[in-house]
Amino acid sequence: MSDPTEERDRRLDGNAAAGVLAEVMTMDPTTAMLTCAHCHSRTALGAHLVYADAPAMVLRCPGCMQVVMRCASDDSGRRLEMTGVQLLSAPPVG
Amino acid sequence: MSLVSRGFHRRSSTTTTDRLPPGQYDVGDHFPVLSAGPTPRTPPTAWDFSVRGVVDAPRTWTSEEFRQLPREAISVDIHCVTKWSKFGTRWEGVAVDTLLADVGTQGAHLQAFSDGGYTTNLQLQDVTNGRAWVVDTYDGAPLAPEHGGPARLLVPHLYFWKSAKWVRGLELTRANEPGFWETFGYHDRGDPWLEQRYSGD
Ligand SMILES: [Zn+2]
Repeated sequence: MSDPTEERDRRLDGNAAAGVLAEVMTMDPTTAMLTCAHCHSRTALGAHLVYADAPAMVLRCPGCMQVVMRCASDDSGRRLEMTGVQLLSAPPVG
Repeated sequence: MSLVSRGFHRRSSTTTTDRLPPGQYDVGDHFPVLSAGPTPRTPPTAWDFSVRGVVDAPRTWTSEEFRQLPREAISVDIHCVTKWSKFGTRWEGVAVDTLLADVGTQGAHLQAFSDGGYTTNLQLQDVTNGRAWVVDTYDGAPLAPEHGGPARLLVPHLYFWKSAKWVRGLELTRANEPGFWETFGYHDRGDPWLEQRYSGD
Protein backbone atom coordinates (compact mmCIF):
# COMPACT_ATOMS: atom_id res chain seq x y z
CA MET A 1 0.00 0.00 0.00
CA SER A 2 1.41 3.39 -0.92
CA ASP A 3 1.23 6.20 1.58
CA PRO A 4 2.73 9.41 0.19
CA THR A 5 2.39 11.16 3.56
CA GLU A 6 4.65 8.68 5.40
CA GLU A 7 2.23 8.74 8.31
CA ARG A 8 1.44 5.06 8.48
CA ASP A 9 1.54 4.99 12.25
CA ARG A 10 -1.40 7.40 12.43
CA ARG A 11 -3.70 5.29 10.26
CA LEU A 12 -5.74 2.12 10.62
CA ASP A 13 -7.09 -0.05 7.87
CA GLY A 14 -10.70 0.32 6.76
CA ASN A 15 -11.94 -2.56 8.86
CA ALA A 16 -11.28 -0.43 11.95
CA ALA A 17 -14.33 1.64 10.97
CA ALA A 18 -16.56 -1.41 10.72
CA GLY A 19 -17.83 -1.27 14.30
CA VAL A 20 -18.96 2.34 14.19
CA LEU A 21 -20.31 1.88 10.65
CA ALA A 22 -22.32 -1.14 11.77
CA GLU A 23 -23.90 0.98 14.52
CA VAL A 24 -24.64 3.79 12.07
CA MET A 25 -25.97 1.58 9.31
CA THR A 26 -28.27 -0.42 11.56
CA MET A 27 -29.97 2.73 12.86
CA ASP A 28 -33.77 2.77 12.87
CA PRO A 29 -34.33 4.78 9.68
CA THR A 30 -37.56 6.26 11.06
CA THR A 31 -35.50 8.12 13.67
CA ALA A 32 -33.07 9.56 11.11
CA MET A 33 -32.65 13.22 10.23
CA LEU A 34 -31.27 14.09 6.80
CA THR A 35 -29.54 17.30 5.80
CA CYS A 36 -30.12 17.94 2.08
CA ALA A 37 -26.90 18.46 0.10
CA HIS A 38 -28.76 20.73 -2.34
CA CYS A 39 -30.64 23.21 -0.09
CA HIS A 40 -29.12 22.26 3.31
CA SER A 41 -32.50 21.96 5.05
CA ARG A 42 -32.64 19.36 7.85
CA THR A 43 -35.68 17.09 7.68
CA ALA A 44 -36.87 13.86 9.29
CA LEU A 45 -36.84 10.84 6.99
CA GLY A 46 -40.61 10.55 7.31
CA ALA A 47 -41.15 14.03 5.93
CA HIS A 48 -39.40 13.20 2.66
CA LEU A 49 -41.25 12.38 -0.56
CA VAL A 50 -40.74 8.84 -1.84
CA TYR A 51 -41.27 7.83 -5.47
CA ALA A 52 -41.55 4.07 -5.21
CA ASP A 53 -42.74 2.91 -8.64
CA ALA A 54 -39.41 3.29 -10.40
CA PRO A 55 -36.50 0.83 -10.78
CA ALA A 56 -35.49 1.85 -7.22
CA MET A 57 -36.93 3.98 -4.42
CA VAL A 58 -36.20 7.65 -4.90
CA LEU A 59 -36.35 10.00 -1.89
CA ARG A 60 -36.76 13.68 -2.59
CA CYS A 61 -36.29 16.66 -0.27
CA PRO A 62 -39.62 18.28 0.64
CA GLY A 63 -37.91 21.67 0.58
CA CYS A 64 -36.30 21.67 -2.87
CA MET A 65 -37.62 18.45 -4.52
CA GLN A 66 -34.10 17.36 -5.43
CA VAL A 67 -33.08 13.71 -5.07
CA VAL A 68 -31.45 13.08 -1.68
CA MET A 69 -31.24 9.29 -1.69
CA ARG A 70 -31.91 6.23 -3.81
CA CYS A 71 -32.14 2.76 -2.33
CA ALA A 72 -32.92 -0.79 -3.41
CA SER A 73 -32.80 -4.27 -1.98
CA ASP A 74 -33.49 -7.07 -4.43
CA ASP A 75 -32.04 -10.19 -6.04
CA SER A 76 -29.09 -8.20 -7.34
CA GLY A 77 -28.10 -6.94 -3.89
CA ARG A 78 -28.52 -3.94 -1.60
CA ARG A 79 -27.73 -0.47 -2.91
CA LEU A 80 -27.77 2.97 -1.31
CA GLU A 81 -26.82 6.15 -3.14
CA MET A 82 -26.75 9.31 -1.04
CA THR A 83 -24.80 11.98 -2.91
CA GLY A 84 -27.80 14.21 -2.17
CA VAL A 85 -27.35 13.78 1.58
CA GLN A 86 -24.94 16.09 3.36
CA LEU A 87 -25.50 14.52 6.78
CA LEU A 88 -27.47 11.59 8.13
CA SER A 89 -27.93 11.62 11.91
CA ALA A 90 -29.82 9.62 14.52
CA PRO A 91 -30.07 9.38 18.33
CA PRO A 92 -27.41 7.43 20.31
CA VAL A 93 -27.44 3.62 20.33
CA GLY A 94 -29.54 2.14 23.16
CA MET B 1 -24.12 -6.08 -33.62
CA SER B 2 -25.64 -9.38 -34.77
CA LEU B 3 -27.47 -9.74 -31.47
CA VAL B 4 -29.02 -6.32 -31.85
CA SER B 5 -30.26 -7.00 -35.36
CA ARG B 6 -31.72 -10.25 -34.07
CA GLY B 7 -33.86 -8.16 -31.76
CA PHE B 8 -35.05 -6.07 -34.67
CA HIS B 9 -35.99 -9.13 -36.71
CA ARG B 10 -37.87 -10.68 -33.82
CA ARG B 11 -39.99 -7.57 -33.55
CA SER B 12 -41.95 -8.67 -36.61
CA SER B 13 -42.36 -12.25 -35.42
CA THR B 14 -45.91 -13.46 -34.93
CA THR B 15 -45.36 -15.55 -31.82
CA THR B 16 -45.21 -13.84 -28.46
CA THR B 17 -42.49 -16.03 -27.00
CA ASP B 18 -40.09 -15.13 -29.81
CA ARG B 19 -40.62 -11.45 -29.04
CA LEU B 20 -40.11 -11.68 -25.28
CA PRO B 21 -36.52 -11.14 -24.06
CA PRO B 22 -35.30 -13.33 -21.17
CA GLY B 23 -36.88 -12.58 -17.78
CA GLN B 24 -39.64 -10.39 -19.24
CA TYR B 25 -43.45 -10.80 -19.24
CA ASP B 26 -46.08 -9.47 -21.63
CA VAL B 27 -47.96 -6.62 -19.93
CA GLY B 28 -50.76 -6.75 -22.51
CA ASP B 29 -52.90 -3.64 -22.86
CA HIS B 30 -51.48 -1.94 -19.79
CA PHE B 31 -48.83 0.74 -20.04
CA PRO B 32 -47.25 1.09 -16.57
CA VAL B 33 -46.04 4.56 -15.58
CA LEU B 34 -42.76 4.56 -13.65
CA SER B 35 -41.80 7.83 -12.07
CA ALA B 36 -38.79 8.87 -10.05
CA GLY B 37 -40.16 12.33 -9.39
CA PRO B 38 -42.92 14.81 -10.08
CA THR B 39 -44.21 14.85 -13.66
CA PRO B 40 -42.88 17.94 -15.50
CA ARG B 41 -45.67 19.90 -17.21
CA THR B 42 -43.85 21.83 -19.93
CA PRO B 43 -46.44 23.28 -22.33
CA PRO B 44 -45.84 21.86 -25.85
CA THR B 45 -45.46 25.40 -27.22
CA ALA B 46 -42.69 26.17 -24.68
CA TRP B 47 -40.80 22.93 -25.42
CA ASP B 48 -37.65 22.98 -27.53
CA PHE B 49 -34.95 20.45 -28.39
CA SER B 50 -31.18 20.99 -28.38
CA VAL B 51 -28.11 19.14 -29.59
CA ARG B 52 -24.99 20.36 -27.80
CA GLY B 53 -21.68 19.22 -26.33
CA VAL B 54 -18.83 18.10 -28.58
CA VAL B 55 -20.42 19.12 -31.88
CA ASP B 56 -19.26 21.53 -34.59
CA ALA B 57 -22.52 23.45 -34.60
CA PRO B 58 -24.88 23.25 -31.58
CA ARG B 59 -28.51 23.48 -32.59
CA THR B 60 -31.87 24.17 -30.96
CA TRP B 61 -35.24 23.59 -32.61
CA THR B 62 -38.31 25.38 -31.29
CA SER B 63 -41.45 23.25 -31.05
CA GLU B 64 -42.63 24.90 -34.28
CA GLU B 65 -39.36 24.11 -36.08
CA PHE B 66 -39.40 20.55 -34.72
CA ARG B 67 -42.86 19.97 -36.21
CA GLN B 68 -41.51 20.90 -39.66
CA LEU B 69 -38.85 18.15 -39.60
CA PRO B 70 -39.37 14.91 -41.57
CA ARG B 71 -41.49 12.58 -39.44
CA GLU B 72 -41.59 8.81 -39.16
CA ALA B 73 -44.17 6.37 -37.82
CA ILE B 74 -42.69 3.65 -35.61
CA SER B 75 -44.29 0.41 -34.39
CA VAL B 76 -42.06 -1.42 -31.90
CA ASP B 77 -41.94 -3.71 -28.88
CA ILE B 78 -40.63 -2.05 -25.71
CA HIS B 79 -38.96 -3.68 -22.71
CA CYS B 80 -38.76 -2.19 -19.21
CA VAL B 81 -36.00 -3.24 -16.81
CA THR B 82 -38.74 -3.84 -14.19
CA LYS B 83 -39.57 -6.87 -16.39
CA TRP B 84 -42.65 -5.85 -18.34
CA SER B 85 -42.63 -5.79 -22.13
CA LYS B 86 -45.27 -4.25 -24.36
CA PHE B 87 -45.71 -5.34 -27.96
CA GLY B 88 -46.55 -3.24 -31.02
CA THR B 89 -46.46 0.24 -29.47
CA ARG B 90 -47.09 2.96 -32.07
CA TRP B 91 -45.30 6.29 -32.05
CA GLU B 92 -44.52 9.19 -34.37
CA GLY B 93 -41.58 11.50 -34.30
CA VAL B 94 -38.25 12.54 -35.75
CA ALA B 95 -35.32 10.17 -36.25
CA VAL B 96 -32.23 11.04 -34.20
CA ASP B 97 -30.34 10.69 -37.52
CA THR B 98 -32.27 13.73 -38.76
CA LEU B 99 -31.42 15.75 -35.62
CA LEU B 100 -27.71 14.88 -35.81
CA ALA B 101 -27.39 15.28 -39.60
CA ASP B 102 -25.94 18.81 -39.64
CA VAL B 103 -24.33 19.32 -36.22
CA GLY B 104 -21.03 17.51 -36.86
CA THR B 105 -20.74 15.05 -34.00
CA GLN B 106 -17.26 14.73 -32.44
CA GLY B 107 -17.97 12.26 -29.63
CA ALA B 108 -18.92 8.60 -29.66
CA HIS B 109 -21.15 8.96 -26.57
CA LEU B 110 -24.04 11.14 -25.48
CA GLN B 111 -26.34 11.92 -22.60
CA ALA B 112 -30.02 12.56 -23.17
CA PHE B 113 -31.23 15.25 -20.75
CA SER B 114 -34.78 15.95 -19.65
CA ASP B 115 -37.01 18.34 -17.77
CA GLY B 116 -36.95 17.34 -14.10
CA GLY B 117 -33.22 16.59 -14.21
CA TYR B 118 -33.31 13.06 -15.62
CA THR B 119 -30.37 11.92 -17.75
CA THR B 120 -29.35 8.68 -19.45
CA ASN B 121 -26.20 7.82 -21.35
CA LEU B 122 -26.06 6.15 -24.76
CA GLN B 123 -23.49 5.23 -27.35
CA LEU B 124 -23.85 7.26 -30.55
CA GLN B 125 -24.09 4.03 -32.54
CA ASP B 126 -27.18 3.04 -30.51
CA VAL B 127 -29.15 6.11 -31.58
CA THR B 128 -28.12 6.37 -35.26
CA ASN B 129 -28.90 4.34 -38.39
CA GLY B 130 -32.63 4.33 -37.73
CA ARG B 131 -32.51 2.96 -34.18
CA ALA B 132 -33.79 5.94 -32.16
CA TRP B 133 -36.33 8.74 -32.40
CA VAL B 134 -37.66 11.75 -30.52
CA VAL B 135 -41.39 10.98 -30.45
CA ASP B 136 -44.30 13.29 -29.63
CA THR B 137 -47.28 11.04 -30.26
CA TYR B 138 -48.33 7.68 -28.85
CA ASP B 139 -51.09 5.56 -30.37
CA GLY B 140 -52.13 8.43 -32.62
CA ALA B 141 -52.52 11.07 -29.90
CA PRO B 142 -50.19 13.73 -28.48
CA LEU B 143 -47.84 12.12 -25.96
CA ALA B 144 -49.31 12.51 -22.44
CA PRO B 145 -47.10 14.04 -19.72
CA GLU B 146 -47.10 10.81 -17.67
CA HIS B 147 -45.59 8.99 -20.66
CA GLY B 148 -43.01 11.73 -21.25
CA GLY B 149 -44.84 14.39 -23.24
CA PRO B 150 -44.37 16.81 -24.89
CA ALA B 151 -41.68 14.47 -26.26
CA ARG B 152 -39.55 11.52 -25.22
CA LEU B 153 -36.62 9.63 -26.64
CA LEU B 154 -37.48 6.20 -28.11
CA VAL B 155 -34.65 3.65 -28.24
CA PRO B 156 -36.67 0.44 -28.44
CA HIS B 157 -33.76 -2.00 -28.76
CA LEU B 158 -32.54 -1.04 -25.26
CA TYR B 159 -34.33 -1.20 -21.89
CA PHE B 160 -36.92 1.54 -21.67
CA TRP B 161 -35.10 3.68 -19.07
CA LYS B 162 -32.87 4.68 -22.02
CA SER B 163 -35.96 6.15 -23.73
CA ALA B 164 -35.82 9.33 -21.64
CA LYS B 165 -39.18 10.93 -20.87
CA TRP B 166 -39.60 14.75 -21.11
CA VAL B 167 -36.45 14.87 -23.23
CA ARG B 168 -35.05 18.31 -24.07
CA GLY B 169 -31.88 17.41 -25.88
CA LEU B 170 -28.78 15.34 -26.49
CA GLU B 171 -25.34 16.26 -25.20
CA LEU B 172 -22.54 14.64 -27.20
CA THR B 173 -19.55 13.61 -25.06
CA ARG B 174 -16.13 12.12 -25.78
CA ALA B 175 -16.26 9.78 -22.78
CA ASN B 176 -19.11 7.67 -21.45
CA GLU B 177 -20.81 9.62 -18.63
CA PRO B 178 -23.33 7.52 -16.68
CA GLY B 179 -26.80 9.00 -16.25
CA PHE B 180 -29.48 8.87 -13.52
CA TRP B 181 -30.03 5.11 -13.29
CA GLU B 182 -26.60 4.15 -14.57
CA THR B 183 -24.99 5.90 -11.57
CA PHE B 184 -27.21 3.71 -9.38
CA GLY B 185 -25.72 0.51 -10.74
CA TYR B 186 -27.81 -0.01 -13.85
CA HIS B 187 -26.06 -1.21 -16.98
CA ASP B 188 -24.36 1.33 -19.24
CA ARG B 189 -25.95 -0.14 -22.37
CA GLY B 190 -29.04 -2.09 -21.26
CA ASP B 191 -29.66 -4.61 -24.05
CA PRO B 192 -32.78 -6.60 -23.03
CA TRP B 193 -31.83 -9.59 -25.21
CA LEU B 194 -28.56 -9.89 -23.27
CA GLU B 195 -30.43 -9.12 -20.00
CA GLN B 196 -28.04 -6.24 -19.24
CA ARG B 197 -29.97 -4.93 -16.24
CA TYR B 198 -27.19 -4.12 -13.79
CA SER B 199 -23.58 -3.12 -14.20
CA GLY B 200 -21.63 -6.33 -14.66
CA ASP B 201 -24.52 -8.30 -16.23
ZN1 LIG C 1 -33.34 20.19 -0.40
